[in-house]
Amino acid sequence: MKQSGWRLPDILAILNGVPHGVALLDRDARLLGMNHALEALTGYPAAQVEGLAADAVLCSHLSHKNPLYRQAMEGGGPVAAEGDLIGASRKKIPVRLTVSALGNGAAADGGLVMVVEDLSLFRALEKERSGGLEAKGIIGHSPQLRKVLDFVPVLAHTDATVLITGETGTGKDLLAEAIHHASGRAAYPFVKVNCGALPENLLESELFGHARGAFTGAHADKPGMFRLAQGGTLFLTEIGDLPLPLQVKLLTVLDDRAFYPLGSSKRVQVDVRVVTGTHRNLKELVAQGRFRQDLYFRLNVLTVHLPPLREREGDAAFLADHFLQQFASGLRKTITGFSAKAMARLAAYAYPGNVRELRNIVEYAVSVCRGSEITPENLPEYVAKAPPASRPAAGQPPAAPVPAAGVEPSMEGPAGEANWQGAEKRLIMETLLRCKGNRGEAARALGWGRSTLWRKMKQHGIG
Amino acid sequence: MPLLGEQIAPRFDLAVEVLIAEGEAGGAVAGEPRIVLLPAASADALCALILKEGIGMVVCGAIEENHFQYLSWKKIRVTDRVIGPWRPALERALAGRLQPGEILREKPRGGSS
Repeated sequence: MKQSGWRLPDILAILNGVPHGVALLDRDARLLGMNHALEALTGYPAAQVEGLAADAVLCSHLSHKNPLYRQAMEGGGPVAAEGDLIGASRKKIPVRLTVSALGNGAAADGGLVMVVEDLSLFRALEKERSGGLEAKGIIGHSPQLRKVLDFVPVLAHTDATVLITGETGTGKDLLAEAIHHASGRAAYPFVKVNCGALPENLLESELFGHARGAFTGAHADKPGMFRLAQGGTLFLTEIGDLPLPLQVKLLTVLDDRAFYPLGSSKRVQVDVRVVTGTHRNLKELVAQGRFRQDLYFRLNVLTVHLPPLREREGDAAFLADHFLQQFASGLRKTITGFSAKAMARLAAYAYPGNVRELRNIVEYAVSVCRGSEITPENLPEYVAKAPPASRPAAGQPPAAPVPAAGVEPSMEGPAGEANWQGAEKRLIMETLLRCKGNRGEAARALGWGRSTLWRKMKQHGIG
Repeated sequence: MPLLGEQIAPRFDLAVEVLIAEGEAGGAVAGEPRIVLLPAASADALCALILKEGIGMVVCGAIEENHFQYLSWKKIRVTDRVIGPWRPALERALAGRLQPGEILREKPRGGSS
């Protein structure tokens, strides 16, 4: 500092314009001065703490346990670490400390400069972004679900392969993502691959990548999802649909943490945690010879089963209210809730499509509801007219919904999504017919904007 | 008084050494202060020790609000954010002259801390 001709007060005057806490330390890590931001963080006036050990003033977890100053002094380059300090308001403040040596040589001959960044805002944003399990969309209070959710921290604190089983629409994807975000790999990617969505060759390329020229059309190298998930989590959904030849390759990757991309002789090492999901009974598939037993044993390290909605006591009503708030607010409608009869219908329904189906039913109901309460008339016919007896006992697979009278069978498939798509299309067409093709009037009748109606008509191929 | 060597520990929750002293009516130290070693740094364990020992006053560095409030609620006087060597801090505390946030310097100034 002396060599450059700058005086300490001048430097501190400059540092006062820096939005982070900055301190200048001597070779013994004693404070020579600090800027206003650091005064505010620590609560000590700079003039009073001059000459004191930085550790004592900073009250930081890092300076207390980590000899950052020594590392910076010996290494010469900047040394950074994240931790916390207790500020003047007795609050623990998350901070990042960066200590750099001043001077030209490897060893600092001119002291140290320490930058203290307050990470409170980042932490709050991260928390908001990652959220709790509810923010991830896993909602429910039933003991059956809580049992699963209580297991999430255990699943997150290990790198073992997890197998998530459960019927369609139970939230396997959400649970996999929640496990990833609760784990130490949260800062790295979460990559999802549907093993049932692609033919074998494409799936192999999708998972493991390929080298240029590996096959016709392979114009460039492709990294593959395993490499894209490096450091993070790869969620292989519908693992039961994985073709047998790829099962062997997956088993090898799980064992060796390495693989050869298609058409490449270069071995690729990966550090990826694998989480798998399926709605199929893998044990049965093994018995049928459609799933390798060794892979089943490899995947079945930690298994978690998501209960179907019909087995989750009270969650259907809770979720219906949740989705009602969500859609009513999205469509700017003031719907206060469900009528007792509508709620009774919802409670009696079997939900073969589980939470996904319930969500679609509520979206439909909110869309067609013109009053302040959802009535049975606002529910899709297959729900409103479904006899309570269609609700299967816990543990039993649900029966396909009984098509209601007057409803075209093509609109009423067993899956919730198919029902919804068909029902929505029918609703639009009926409204348009009623409004004699006047789209503005139809949009008003449906409680949608003209653009929403136009988008949905286009989506359903109407007009 | 949580310690780090000869100094008051900068952090209550990170201290593993605790000095326990008894004061006399005139503000002098009664007998020899003793040092208790904790198996691990823990603010909760330290609070439990303070209660178990029947301590009436705590002199420490930075302490989190919840622990400060807890000790205050237990009628323990906490003088926090004190920086410096423990001996002068103890003397001033027993004399009723130690203030929160007080910075005590070594004598002679510039010695090792």
